[in-house]
Amino acid sequence: MARKTRAIVITGNGTNCEVEAAHACRLGGFDEAIIAHIAELLSGEIRLDDFHFLNLTGGFLDGDDLGSAKAQANRLRYAKVDELEEHLLDQLLRFISAGKPILGVCNGFQLMVKMGLLPGFSGTTLEQVATLTHNDCGRFQDRWVYLKVDPASPSVFTKGINKGIYLPIRHGEGKFVAASAEVLARIERENLAPLKYSDAGYGAPTMEFPLNPNGSENAIAGICDATGRLMGLMPHPEAFVHRTSHPRWTREELPEDGDGLVLFKNAAEYVRQNLV
Amino acid sequence: MAHRIEIALKDGVRDARGERIAREIAHFLHLPVAAVRTIDVFTVDAALSRAELEQAASGPLCDPVIQTWSIDAPQGHDFDFAVEVGLRPGVTDNIGRTAREAIEYQTGRPFSAGEAVYTAVQYLISGPLTSADIELIATGLLCNTLIQRFTILSAADFGAKGGFPVTLPKVSGETKAEVREIDLNVSDDELMRISKDGVLALTLEEMRIIRDHYRDPQLLAERRTVGLSDRPTDVELECLAQTWSEHCKHKIFASTVQYEDENGTKQEIKSLFKSFIQRTTKDVREKLGDKDFCLSVFKDNAGVIRFNDQQSLVFKVETHNSPSALDPYGGALTGIVGVNRDPFGTGKGARLIFNTDVFCFADPFYAKPLPSRLLHPRRIYEGVVEGVEHGGNKSGIPTVNGSLVFDERFAGKPLVFCGTAGMMPAEIGGEPSFEKSIKPGDLIVMTGGRIGKDGIHGATFSSEELNENSPVSAVQIGDPITQKRMFDFLIRARDKGLYRFITDNGAGGLSSSIGEMAGECNGCRMDLAKAPLKYPGLAPWEILISEAQERMSLAVPPEKLDEFLAMAKRFGCEASVLGEFTDSGTFHILYNDRTVAFLPMSFMHEGLPPMQLPAKWVPPRHEEPVIEVKEDYSDDLASLLGSLNICSKESVVRRYDHEVQGGSIVKPFTGVANDGPSDAAVVRPILDSWEGVVVAHGICPRYSDIDTYHMTANAVDEGLRNYVATGGSLELVAGLDNFCWCDPVQSDKTPDGPYKMAQLVRSNQALYDICLAYSLPLISGKDSMKNDFYDGTTKISIPPTLLFSVIGKIEDVRKAVTMDVKRPGDLVYLLGKSANELGGSEYLALKGATGNRVPVVDAAKAYQRYQAYHRAVMAGTVASCHDLSDGGLAVAAAESAFAGGYGMSLDLSAVLWKGDATEKNDVALLFGESASRHLVTVRPEQRDAFEALMSGNCFAAIGEVIAEPTLTITGLNGTPVVNAGLAELKEAWQKPLREL
Repeated sequence: MARKTRAIVITGNGTNCEVEAAHACRLGGFDEAIIAHIAELLSGEIRLDDFHFLNLTGGFLDGDDLGSAKAQANRLRYAKVDELEEHLLDQLLRFISAGKPILGVCNGFQLMVKMGLLPGFSGTTLEQVATLTHNDCGRFQDRWVYLKVDPASPSVFTKGINKGIYLPIRHGEGKFVAASAEVLARIERENLAPLKYSDAGYGAPTMEFPLNPNGSENAIAGICDATGRLMGLMPHPEAFVHRTSHPRWTREELPEDGDGLVLFKNAAEYVRQNLV
Repeated sequence: MAHRIEIALKDGVRDARGERIAREIAHFLHLPVAAVRTIDVFTVDAALSRAELEQAASGPLCDPVIQTWSIDAPQGHDFDFAVEVGLRPGVTDNIGRTAREAIEYQTGRPFSAGEAVYTAVQYLISGPLTSADIELIATGLLCNTLIQRFTILSAADFGAKGGFPVTLPKVSGETKAEVREIDLNVSDDELMRISKDGVLALTLEEMRIIRDHYRDPQLLAERRTVGLSDRPTDVELECLAQTWSEHCKHKIFASTVQYEDENGTKQEIKSLFKSFIQRTTKDVREKLGDKDFCLSVFKDNAGVIRFNDQQSLVFKVETHNSPSALDPYGGALTGIVGVNRDPFGTGKGARLIFNTDVFCFADPFYAKPLPSRLLHPRRIYEGVVEGVEHGGNKSGIPTVNGSLVFDERFAGKPLVFCGTAGMMPAEIGGEPSFEKSIKPGDLIVMTGGRIGKDGIHGATFSSEELNENSPVSAVQIGDPITQKRMFDFLIRARDKGLYRFITDNGAGGLSSSIGEMAGECNGCRMDLAKAPLKYPGLAPWEILISEAQERMSLAVPPEKLDEFLAMAKRFGCEASVLGEFTDSGTFHILYNDRTVAFLPMSFMHEGLPPMQLPAKWVPPRHEEPVIEVKEDYSDDLASLLGSLNICSKESVVRRYDHEVQGGSIVKPFTGVANDGPSDAAVVRPILDSWEGVVVAHGICPRYSDIDTYHMTANAVDEGLRNYVATGGSLELVAGLDNFCWCDPVQSDKTPDGPYKMAQLVRSNQALYDICLAYSLPLISGKDSMKNDFYDGTTKISIPPTLLFSVIGKIEDVRKAVTMDVKRPGDLVYLLGKSANELGGSEYLALKGATGNRVPVVDAAKAYQRYQAYHRAVMAGTVASCHDLSDGGLAVAAAESAFAGGYGMSLDLSAVLWKGDATEKNDVALLFGESASRHLVTVRPEQRDAFEALMSGNCFAAIGEVIAEPTLTITGLNGTPVVNAGLAELKEAWQKPLREL
């Protein structure tokens, strides 16, 4: 029998979506999904090496006090793991080089971008080439958005999505901004933006509020690296894994599975095919 | 030396914060501002090398994609005026704390005592403005001078001085363990001066009781053995003032009331709380018999009811009115993170599953002069909304239900109700989770934040009217992240059984939490010098009563202490042992081993005799308005939809995360465009179960102008009918009462005390009557009794307000019903009868009148109908349901129609009428607010099943859903009295608050 597929969700210091993220991993097909407090990682009790899929999920790390996820990006870089004489970052880089997938959602996406993990142009030197900043409307927003999929994207998470998916966003700092026109052009050229805010028919990306809720450049809602194994997005796939989470489930005929579940199913499938 | 690190946005990067400020300056101050740009300022007062400063500035503090950094070099350019706003000394600086931690991670060295990072924001404003304009912008918009300081520089001065100087808002002072003794053997006038000057909020009678206590020879002898004199220490007096404050002791609800009704019938009521509120629950529980689901009521920080065999449901709603009046942002933020600690500190501790919030404000567009000291209602609105946004969102708790209520009198004091529900395993460590105990010898442990001067006298100041001298120190700023860290730790410590008892530190601080905990085992011995402080300079009494936030108090068994403290350290949560619980009968407080307070437990908790309060009910008579008869009421309907109490609150609600934790089933907004207003929220707290929690509320302060009995009856009914509409079960549902009253104690300032007290009595009577009829046990609640403003000339008293929250269960969330009409051809039913009851309605308010004929609840009939309707929902026969409240049938129909995107055709002659048939009229049918009614749509194929399930109850088919997007209502004479397009109605409803 194959080894168990194991997902881990990191929590602590303001992460909020760990329970539903772990639930989505289980529904998506992982044999195990555990929630690990960052204190348990820093003490060495729990090690990333023992898992196949890492979830950096939503919340307000350190209150987003220094800009979303900035303080955690700093912590992961500098904090040492007690027993092991290594930085948590070393474990993270080992996880990536082992070919294991990471999904960053909302605050987790902000973290991956600000750590330089996405779009991953600089490899392990982790240079930040994009950011997520305050919504153009100047306010936190909780609303649902249509996300048009790029079928040519290398993302392992969005495989098989037909046209697009409908998910909630819940953020104040979700506007995607690239450091330069070249960065943006390369993201487009290499199909590294698998999901873009669009009209309700998933026809075309849009800059129109509230369909594009934050004014993201090129309507980018999520990006991945060239391997497709690292991906982050502002919308919350774990918040829509059953039809009753859809805002109009009492009036529309919907399949039982929510649109967000496919990302976790794809992650589980990838792990089964490649890592166990 | 300290250094200023400035973080600016790169030129060309959009400054959303600055743009919002610019819009607000134009919108609210009507000043010609061209642009506002902002810069974040971190003043680092720590021994760091230049390289370390650069590493901090360029690392965690700066986003290199969009920002630039500088050290001790101003970045501002191209502006006319610069305003820098920072915090005053001692005010919680969350961003500064996070910056400090980030630098500590980088350097690997903790800051030493006294080192800190202070933050400020610089606003660079351009436009043809005068110095006076800038002063107005600073004080009227950018800065709350109570907690913040500001400096203004013109461009010329900025250039000449090289920008702003380093400012260190450091709390200065040394710790002097100074304890004063107060001589109470003085005149009555002098006793009152001591109370007033010390913000003790103690009455003359209470001061005399304390004075007499210190004349008991046996007590004095005991005091001498611990080194205390015959006079009370300041620690003791402050402690008693907190414990005996209206806020903590609920003296009005505990008083003996001499009540006289309109017929001159007299009645003595010993404690409204016992006579009505506790009795409601007791009698309902008896009625429920085997089906009683209450587990812990009125004795803990929140009420606990059964959810299923494995889980219990916990709920509490609090108010934070007075702090929100002074500092709307901090007050409201503290309100929400404060109420979070109530369910968390209930039983052995609950995980938090949702928040609710209800705000009562004056018109944000208020254009008349206000007494000084009162903030403009718009600033209150902005600040409160943002405070709750930050508190709720950052804590990861979905805000699922709430409302905004407007009345001019809330300018005197806004009401900020914040509620939190939690869930805990029915058993923890083999014991019922709702029970906890303390054994003598258990250690007193405080966790979470440190103690500062913030929130000193919060409990006593909110036990008085707001006045010009209300203390600045009463305000606190919450820190959701420190609290979140603490909760992450404590919930794990709970499951490991590392503590025996937990409660929160709220009003009154340690004096209250440890005072109450010591009551469990009859004594404690605590050394205040062991409490961690934010900064030096606090006197012992300040440490004891500070309401500094994010703290829980626990009883930890000695054998678990090491594990508890080690785990706290790992999770980044500070925990300190302050002493131990005893059975000595004494609240024994020390400072560095020297006794500073020695209070018998019995005197603290039972030393206060009940107040005697008169109450006399004289029903008010308002002029009976003559209602204009019109051919068409479409314009009136549009005006009502655009009134503040009815219009869409979407701009506020979308700022609250209502979906985190993944269990959102019925959201605040629903319908074809996700913008129709839901009646109640449905949440699935356990993600692999279909069982749901339904939460709703009722609030209708307008009716208090006629009769608080009916205000209360309608609030309870509104709460339950909202709950029922969505599919909540009547088998497992409980209520929670929050009274917000104007001061009902007769005095020079309140000559109409007996009337206000009678209003309170009548409200309690209704609460008992209606809850008993609805089998609704009250599980928890709170009262806030001093919601007045008085500056010596102007007095503003809020209308007596009851917020009635309802929480219960839906067996299967997949059966929940939403308020949007679903498809053309569906039949429209109105459940319940309508009557000529326009008194206190939004319609009369629109016409400038109050009237007298307030809606009367027929609870017996309504309860039967609610039960039948619930069976119809469970049978799947209901397509949509919307409750009728403000604005009556016409408003409910318009909302359901535009939410669903289909029109509606209704006939008023089909509506069932209650009372004299000659009084039946179109206005009352369209806009009357008769209680207990629902507007329901049913698919034609479900008609027979629905009607069979509803048979024996008052309901009528009154029209159908139509494809055409119009609302057409035919009047009694057979011609249309409302004929309006849905787009126009929706626009009227969405417009008023869209931009706020």
